[in-house]
Amino acid sequence: MTETKINLKTGLAEMLKRGVIMDVVTPEQAKIAEDAGAVAVMALEKVPSDIRKDGGVARMSNPEMIQKIMEVSSIPVMAKCRIGHFVEAQVLQEIGVDYIDESEVLTPADNAHHINKHDFKIPFVCGATNLGEALRRIGEGAALIRTKGEPGTGNIVEAVKHMRSINQEIKRIASLETDELMAEAKVLGAPYSLLKVIKETGKLPVPNFAAGGVSTPADAALVMQLGAETVFVGSGIFKSENPEAFAKAIVKAVAHYDDPKEVLEASKNLPSPMKGIEIPTLSPAEKMADRGW
Amino acid sequence: MKPFTIGILALQGCIDPHRPHVEALDIKFKEVKTAKHLEEVDAYILPGGESTTMLRLIKIFGLKEILAMEFAKKPVWGICAGAILMASKVTNPKQESFSLLDFEIERNSYGGQLQSTEIDIKDYPVSFIRAPIINKVSDDIEVVSKYKNTPVWLKTPQYMVTTFHPELTKTYPSQMHKEFGELIAAYYEKG
Repeated sequence: MTETKINLKTGLAEMLKRGVIMDVVTPEQAKIAEDAGAVAVMALEKVPSDIRKDGGVARMSNPEMIQKIMEVSSIPVMAKCRIGHFVEAQVLQEIGVDYIDESEVLTPADNAHHINKHDFKIPFVCGATNLGEALRRIGEGAALIRTKGEPGTGNIVEAVKHMRSINQEIKRIASLETDELMAEAKVLGAPYSLLKVIKETGKLPVPNFAAGGVSTPADAALVMQLGAETVFVGSGIFKSENPEAFAKAIVKAVAHYDDPKEVLEASKNLPSPMKGIEIPTLSPAEKMADRGW
Repeated sequence: MKPFTIGILALQGCIDPHRPHVEALDIKFKEVKTAKHLEEVDAYILPGGESTTMLRLIKIFGLKEILAMEFAKKPVWGICAGAILMASKVTNPKQESFSLLDFEIERNSYGGQLQSTEIDIKDYPVSFIRAPIINKVSDDIEVVSKYKNTPVWLKTPQYMVTTFHPELTKTYPSQMHKEFGELIAAYYEKG
């Protein structure tokens, strides 16, 4: 039974592959995203760059606002809950969203534990910065992993770091002997059973998407070429000078991420992307990627 | 005899899981994203994914006409979103399609992901994921199977439609891929 549930959960992520998932804060934005060719929308009250700017505790969005976005959308709707806040997740399941993001973009509700995601019928996506973290989340029941990147910065450097780190560690695990896996499980803080799967298959047992800092068509194609199977774009679209143009261009670039001619075409005639932030200017407390255990 | 090649429309969606099913039938598997990729393709799979995204990409890359010409003369199997692209009428919301077969389809009409489910069809486990529902089917189309009283698998000598996903099940090849392979062979045998 558990396996069936996992198949249905990862199954939806399979359908979202080679696509763009866009953060939206209003039904109007959801419509723009869908018309531009988004495969799903993430309904939230503020995009990450505004969460950064405004400060304070960031929580699950107002349910009515999520429901309004669901009403106008024919594509899947995702929503975020705080790390460890299983009651927010219960509420999102009750609303009937298609995917829950247990997200570091919101203020964590538990500083030691994540949600036991096996308890839910709705699939979860979780962020990760390295393989150990990804496998802990999958062990807890996540059906989809994404890089954390550094949300709301418009800076792709952290997403690249996380994607490379996960890929390098997968290759290393695949090259180990079986009798070396338990010691590795101890070092990574990852379930032994999942390390065995990595050794056998050479990949994560769930789809692997990228998020955090994507703001141009070339950024999106970059993380795709590095191995992401779909791209989340948060502030990058609706904080750019022309959201509609950026949404369309990023969708176009992802469909042909491995063809520089098409990425060039997608990059032409775009106004300025979101301004962006240099990572070293962030104080440790401002780094969202460090949230999660 | 030269093995057949199945081209899978690879602009967006569930593509890789089909490969082992197709290759288990000794049929070549090819991703199709541009007009040039259409050369040497004997039959098409329109995969699951988001039909709105696929339509948008088909339009901006100028593929609608050439794909319509290909689909008119070769076997095509549409799955979930791909089934929506094949229907003659799409509702919830209304949208364009290639109109290859005379049937009506309603998007996401079981509901969202909470209503996604797994069942057995011809003893093979398949999944419905935010699946559409086929409402009306023309009399000349064979309804191979039904679920909750509505057709979920349609067939004609040239086309196949399933609203469910056999490709996510890891026993190769699936019953549905096998039958599509047989359909392709029969289609070309008849000439």
